[in-house]
Amino acid sequence: MNIRWSGTAAMLALAACSGGGDRPRSAGDAPADRGAGREAGPGHNKGYAHDPFPSTYHAYPGVPTLVRGATVIDGEGGLIQDGSVLFADGKVVAVGRTLDAPAGATVIDAAGKWVTPGIIDIHSHLGDYPTPSVQAHSDGNEATDPITADVWAEHSVWPQDPGFGRALMNGGVTTLQVLPGSANLMGGRSVVLKNVYARTMQGMKFPQAPYGLKMACGENPKRVYGGKGRKPATRMGNVAVDRATWARAAAYKRRWDKYEADGGTPPDRDIAMDTLRGVLAGEILVQNHCYRADEMAVVLDMAKEFGYKVTAFHHAVEAYKIADLLKANGTCAAVWADWYGFKMESYDGIGANLALLEKAGACGTIHSDDENGIQRLNQEVAKARAYGRKAGLEISDGAAWKWLSLGPAKALGIADRTGSLVAGKMADVVLWNGNPYSVYTRPEKVWVDGALLYDATDPKRRPVSDFELGQPGSGDVK
Amino acid sequence: MKRALLLLATVLASPAAAQTVAITGGTVAIGDGSAPIQNGTVVFRDGRIVAAGAGVPVPAGATLIDAAGKWVAAGMVAGFTDMGLVDAAGVGESNDASAGSSPFAAGIDIAPAINPASIAIANERLGGITRAIVSPRANGSIFAGQGAVIDLGADADPITRARAFQYVELGEEGGRLAGGSRPAAYAMLRDLLAQAQDYRRTPAAFDGRGRDSLLKRADAQALLDVLDGRTRLLVHAERASDIRSVLGLVATYPGLKLVLLGATEGWMVAREIAAARVPVIAAALADLPASFEQLAATESNVGRLRAAGVEVGISTVGANDAPGEHVLAQFAGNLVGIAKVPGHTGLSWGEAFRTVAAGPAGAIGMDAEIGSLRPGRRADVVIWDGDPLELSSAPTQVFIDGRAQPMGSRQTRLRDRYLQPQEDALPKAYR
Repeated sequence: MNIRWSGTAAMLALAACSGGGDRPRSAGDAPADRGAGREAGPGHNKGYAHDPFPSTYHAYPGVPTLVRGATVIDGEGGLIQDGSVLFADGKVVAVGRTLDAPAGATVIDAAGKWVTPGIIDIHSHLGDYPTPSVQAHSDGNEATDPITADVWAEHSVWPQDPGFGRALMNGGVTTLQVLPGSANLMGGRSVVLKNVYARTMQGMKFPQAPYGLKMACGENPKRVYGGKGRKPATRMGNVAVDRATWARAAAYKRRWDKYEADGGTPPDRDIAMDTLRGVLAGEILVQNHCYRADEMAVVLDMAKEFGYKVTAFHHAVEAYKIADLLKANGTCAAVWADWYGFKMESYDGIGANLALLEKAGACGTIHSDDENGIQRLNQEVAKARAYGRKAGLEISDGAAWKWLSLGPAKALGIADRTGSLVAGKMADVVLWNGNPYSVYTRPEKVWVDGALLYDATDPKRRPVSDFELGQPGSGDVK
Repeated sequence: MKRALLLLATVLASPAAAQTVAITGGTVAIGDGSAPIQNGTVVFRDGRIVAAGAGVPVPAGATLIDAAGKWVAAGMVAGFTDMGLVDAAGVGESNDASAGSSPFAAGIDIAPAINPASIAIANERLGGITRAIVSPRANGSIFAGQGAVIDLGADADPITRARAFQYVELGEEGGRLAGGSRPAAYAMLRDLLAQAQDYRRTPAAFDGRGRDSLLKRADAQALLDVLDGRTRLLVHAERASDIRSVLGLVATYPGLKLVLLGATEGWMVAREIAAARVPVIAAALADLPASFEQLAATESNVGRLRAAGVEVGISTVGANDAPGEHVLAQFAGNLVGIAKVPGHTGLSWGEAFRTVAAGPAGAIGMDAEIGSLRPGRRADVVIWDGDPLELSSAPTQVFIDGRAQPMGSRQTRLRDRYLQPQEDALPKAYR
């Protein structure tokens, strides 16, 4: 898979983010006039705060745990029969054939069971389109302007969405990216969350994960705004508005880069342009909703024109038609297993999409975009493999899991910390009660950062959201 | 394998009539709730099942198909779909699922609109679906109109039964359609049924053609069919209290033949549903409080309903149906899977497969005709390369009414065109 660049870019971006120990000051703090003498600016990326809503997530307590005798998928492509996984202090310690349990460790004999990295959903609207799906909860599309790069999905996230618990218990999902919807060309910033209930969004926020910019091409923006008698009403209008916006963003970036380097009067802040400047600087990753092959090709050229990278196309039902182009551009496709034919631009969806991307050496990952589908992403990958097999393409048990955790982790810029069972990474681990590619298998235990947050055998390890507490079905199996 | 293919070619080339086919050596899944049968035989003749199971004799002269190592299962019946009514749901121009601007509602009959050439028909047939319950969607009235049961055969005649049921919304959606509340929906229901009875008494005096008439003559006739039990009434209701209200309708309208759709909170009133002998076409895996009428959603709903003795089929209601109806096999498999999870009520394999076979067929009153491999049923038979509910499995041959079906679709054509994405000496359009 040719997606190393995204992890690298993200790490560079992180280094930039965390460069100073102090909270970066905001533009408003900068004195308008520093006096007569020439002074240096505040420094790169220090003109305004880049992390004004910082994560307060913390790992819950865990105990050193050795799971042994299991079939272990390491997430890097490997599979160990009768293998062991040891984790402690929230981190993976070792993965291997036989491991010794340290003193005091909980030992789980898992014969017949499978251990995998926690699943990562790169495309979710949990929290910003939470259940119950009442109008009052419709917080995913700021459909008032085709360019809303100023909105941040995290400001819509309701941390009590019952969907988070379902994704954990039934789906083994430990990390997810919550995106704004696709009504707008530039829908706003995404946020990456650990799938751990908290009182606040900040309490779920994946520490130091890069932001994403949700973009959309195709039918949705032109329908929403064309329907209001506004631009864009066509696909060419979509690209025109995008390009005009990127041109403004480039100028904004020049002004702020200059100020941060040289000082002087700080430029006016524009919250939307902050996000686009972040994209142009490689600090924010573009997550682009796009269905049709021809449109993806146009977007890739637009990205080159303005000097940014499309990290992943989402939905991408026609990615199989341009697998070579995606590979050459180092752009991932995050797709469903078998959705097709629900709108004109999805008419050519086929089940072999993911397998054909793999065959071409392009980066593919599964995604849900659905509060039910997120509970069965392992099954979606099993279906995608079956469609591949029908086309003569075999994908091994070990390799297929890359579509579920390491691939999404790379495309989110967090693969250095999660996405596979490698010593030192977060102990985001699922113990399945059988082969996770079987329809008959469910998570038995799920650990996030080494903390046991779901246990099918213990009703006290079954989260109940505030919303559901005391209502019909509260505390039931789901 | 080659022999089987040759034999299949024979079957394909001949009309169904006067053909006897015996499929031997496979694991046979009847579809009626029974456990799968190892090394079973399925015999069909003239488009109907003769026998299926263990120790079934192979008639002399039968065309033999060797299914050793494979499964031979009843074709699946999709419980609630818009197949044949839409080309792509988002393409309004060709979408015949609802008609919000029409003066007609209950009188709408979808049967003449079913398009067997719609791409979903062949695609879903390749996933093992052989019949579908197709319903109009309500829009402008609580009544949507009359749905049909169709086959997914590659032929010009898709209708198995026209006007198989009338569809009505009586939950939150019913309230919205009636003007804003559940009480308004019930007022509309009772008034429209009363008008239908007026029409019965004095048809000549019935003002069903006036501009402002609430009920057209065609609607009135359709509702009389419902009142008299000639047409089943498929009622969408999710909340436990809504289900109780629906069951209570029979006290006033004793002729009604009710079928519940959705019934996410059905488990809370399972014994009442069972006592009323009302079947359910359930939202298969709904487990989220998607609305205030689904707060108690759980994947155990179907298992608990079945344990209480309710006839249950499953559907894609409540789930995104963008994958197509073939996901019903996956949903049924999940109902087996949850049986291993402490606290859950799942289903045995045979009972789970029944929810996509005899279950939905029975719910719509057609299990003597379709939905299983029991003798006399239409020969809808699918040979699978493995367990039909397992994610790695796929059909290798599909028979509908005893006729072998083509095993390609537009999707497989697209796949094959782009196995290599690069263009050759000529553009892809020439491949």
